[in-house]
Amino acid sequence: MNEKFLPLLATIAVFVAIFVIGGLLYNNFMSTQVLGDILADNAFIITAAFGTTFVILSGGIDLSIGSMIGFVGVVIANLDLAGWHPLLAAALMLGFGFLFGALQGLIIDICDIQPFIVTLAGLFLLRGACFMINLDSVPIQNGFVGWFSGLGIPLPGGGVLRSSAIVMLLALAGGIVIAHFTRFGANVYAIGGDRTSATLMGVPVRRTTVGIYALGGFYSALGGVIYAFYTSSGYPLAGSGAELTAIASVVLGGTMLTGGVGMVAGTLFGGMILGLIATIIIFNGTLNGAWIMIVSGVLLFVFIVLQRSLVGSLRMRGAA
Amino acid sequence: MKHSSDIRPHAPAPSRLRALMAHRAVWPVLALALILAVDGMISPGFFQIRIVEGRLFGNLVDILYRAAPTALVALGMAVVIGTKGIDLSVGSIVAIVGAVITWRIHAGDPHWLVLVIALGSALLCGLWNGCLVAVLDIQPIIATLILMTSGRGIGLMINLLYGGTNPSFTSPLLQGLSVGHVGLIPTRLVLFVAIFAALWLLVRRTAFGLMLESVGSSPAAANIVGINARLIIYAAYLISAFCSGWAGVVLAADTHTSDPVSIGLNIELDAILAVVIGGGSLAGGRVYLGMTILGALVIQALTTSILTSGLPPEYNLVVKAVVVICVLLLQSANLRRALTHALYHALARTKR
Repeated sequence: MNEKFLPLLATIAVFVAIFVIGGLLYNNFMSTQVLGDILADNAFIITAAFGTTFVILSGGIDLSIGSMIGFVGVVIANLDLAGWHPLLAAALMLGFGFLFGALQGLIIDICDIQPFIVTLAGLFLLRGACFMINLDSVPIQNGFVGWFSGLGIPLPGGGVLRSSAIVMLLALAGGIVIAHFTRFGANVYAIGGDRTSATLMGVPVRRTTVGIYALGGFYSALGGVIYAFYTSSGYPLAGSGAELTAIASVVLGGTMLTGGVGMVAGTLFGGMILGLIATIIIFNGTLNGAWIMIVSGVLLFVFIVLQRSLVGSLRMRGAA
Repeated sequence: MKHSSDIRPHAPAPSRLRALMAHRAVWPVLALALILAVDGMISPGFFQIRIVEGRLFGNLVDILYRAAPTALVALGMAVVIGTKGIDLSVGSIVAIVGAVITWRIHAGDPHWLVLVIALGSALLCGLWNGCLVAVLDIQPIIATLILMTSGRGIGLMINLLYGGTNPSFTSPLLQGLSVGHVGLIPTRLVLFVAIFAALWLLVRRTAFGLMLESVGSSPAAANIVGINARLIIYAAYLISAFCSGWAGVVLAADTHTSDPVSIGLNIELDAILAVVIGGGSLAGGRVYLGMTILGALVIQALTTSILTSGLPPEYNLVVKAVVVICVLLLQSANLRRALTHALYHALARTKR
C-alpha cells in the first residue's frame, strides 16, 4: 500500500477508537445524532482548517484565520442590518477573504517576511476591524439564515447532516480536487517539499504563494460564513484562537508542519477528533472544561511523536 | 558580528545617510520617537514626570512600567528565536506560574519558597519544551503549541487544588517585587534591568552567545565545530521559560489573583513582535537584546498613546497592525532597495 496514506489511516483509526471509547463510556454516544452534531458544530473551524492545510503543505503558516471568521460574521451581520441579502453579503466576504489572503501572500513573497509575522499582523488588523465596527453581538434578522441553518439531510438512526456540515463537505471535495488533481496543487506540494528545487524546476513560486494564501483566506472566510449562518449572528470575538485549533486539526490530520507531506482529507478527521474530545468531556458533565485543553494538548503530543517516528522509519528505509 | 550587508542599496546614496539608514536601530528608534512626538502634540503634559508619594509618576514611567512583563518575555523569546526556534507557550507559562503562586500561598508556604516553587515550575515548562525541541527534534512552533494549548488548562487544574473558589492572595513579598518601589524607581524595573544585565553578559560576554547564534544560523555547521547544539537549544528554552516565569510573578502579583484563562493573553504575540520590530529574524542566528526592549517599548508606547489620545481602545489592534506592517515593510530589504533607488533617481532629477 502507498506509504503516503499511512498518516491518514492512523488519524482515522484514532478517530474511530475515540468514538468507540465514547460509546463504551456513555449510552447513546455512538449514534448518527452525535456524529451529526460534531460535524455541524465544528464545520466552521474544519472548513477554515482546509485552507490552513494548503498553507502548511507549502511550509507556511496562517494566523489570521480566527480573526477572519470573526470579521466575516460581523460584516455580514451589519450588512444584514443595512438590508443586504445574506447570500450577497456572504459572496462579498468570500471575495474579500480571497483578496485579503492574496495580499498576505504577496507581502510574504515580495518583501520576504516570514508568514508567521505577516499573518500575525493580519490577525491584529482583522480583529481590530471587528472591534471598530461593533463591540456587541449583532443578530442576523433575515429569515433566509434561519431557514438555511434549519436545512439538513436526515441520516439513518435519527441524526441529521446539517447544512453547515454539507457546506463543509463540499469545501472538502473542492480542496481534494485542488490538492490532488490540479497543477496548482502539485506546485503547492513541490514548494513545501523543497522550495529551491521547486524554483529550479520552474514552479512559479510567487504566483503559487499568492494563490496558497488566497485559498487560505477564502476557506477561512467560508468558515466565517458558516459560523455566522450557524449562530445567526456576528460577534466580534468569534473565532478567537481558532487559528491554533485549525493548526492542531491539520497536524492531527497527519500533515507535516515542515511542508510537502499531508492530505486535505486528513484535516477533516483531525478536526473531528478535537470535536469528539470536547463532546466526550461535555457528555461526562462532571469533568472540568480545562480537561478539553489538556487532552487536546496530550493528543497533539502523541501524534507529533508518532509522526516523528514514522518519518524516521521512512527516512531510514530511504537510506538503505 | 556581521553587519547587515544584505540591505545595501543598489543606488549610491550619500554615504553617511546610507550608513545611518542601514543601521538596524534606526527604524525602531524613529517609530518610537514618532509615537512619542505625536503623544506630545496631542496631550501637552505627556512628558511630565512628577514624584507622588515617594515614587516617579508620569506617562513615560508608565510605559516602562507596563512594558516590563512583555519585555521580559520578549528577552527570552529573542534568545529562543536566535536559535531558529520560537516559544508559543510563554503565555501558558505565565498562567501556570500565577496558579502555582496562588496554590502554594493558600497551602501556607513561606513566600520566598513560593517564589522558588513558582520559578521552578516555569523552568519545568522550559525543560518540557526543550525536551521536545532539542531531544525529540520536533519543530519549535508545534512543540511549544502543545504547552500553549494545554497550559491554561493545567493552570485551571492547579486552581482546583485548593478548591479554586477564592483565587486571590496577598503577599507583601511578591507584591513588593511587582508593584513596589526601590527609592523612586518601581521594583519591577530594577529587577528587569538586573535580569537584562545578566542575560546581556551571558549572551555578549561569554562563549554561550556565540554558540547560540552559530546554532541558530547553522546547526549542522555548529555541530561540526564541536558545539553541542542540543544543549544550547535546551538552554535557550530554559532561559525563555525563566523570563516568562518572572513575568508571571510580576503579572500575578499585580492583580493578586490567579486567572489562568486571561492572564498574559496574547503575550506571546507581543513578545514575538517586539523581537521582530527590534530587527531579529525568525530565521535565527541573531540575538539583539537591547533592540528587543526597544521593540517592546514601541508596542507599549503605542498602546499607552492610544489610551491617552482619547481614541476608543478598540482602535488599539488596528493601529498596532498598521504600525507593525509599516515597520516590517521598511525593514524589508527588497522594498528598502526599491525606495532608496527611487529616492536616488528623484534626487538626480532635481540636480539636473
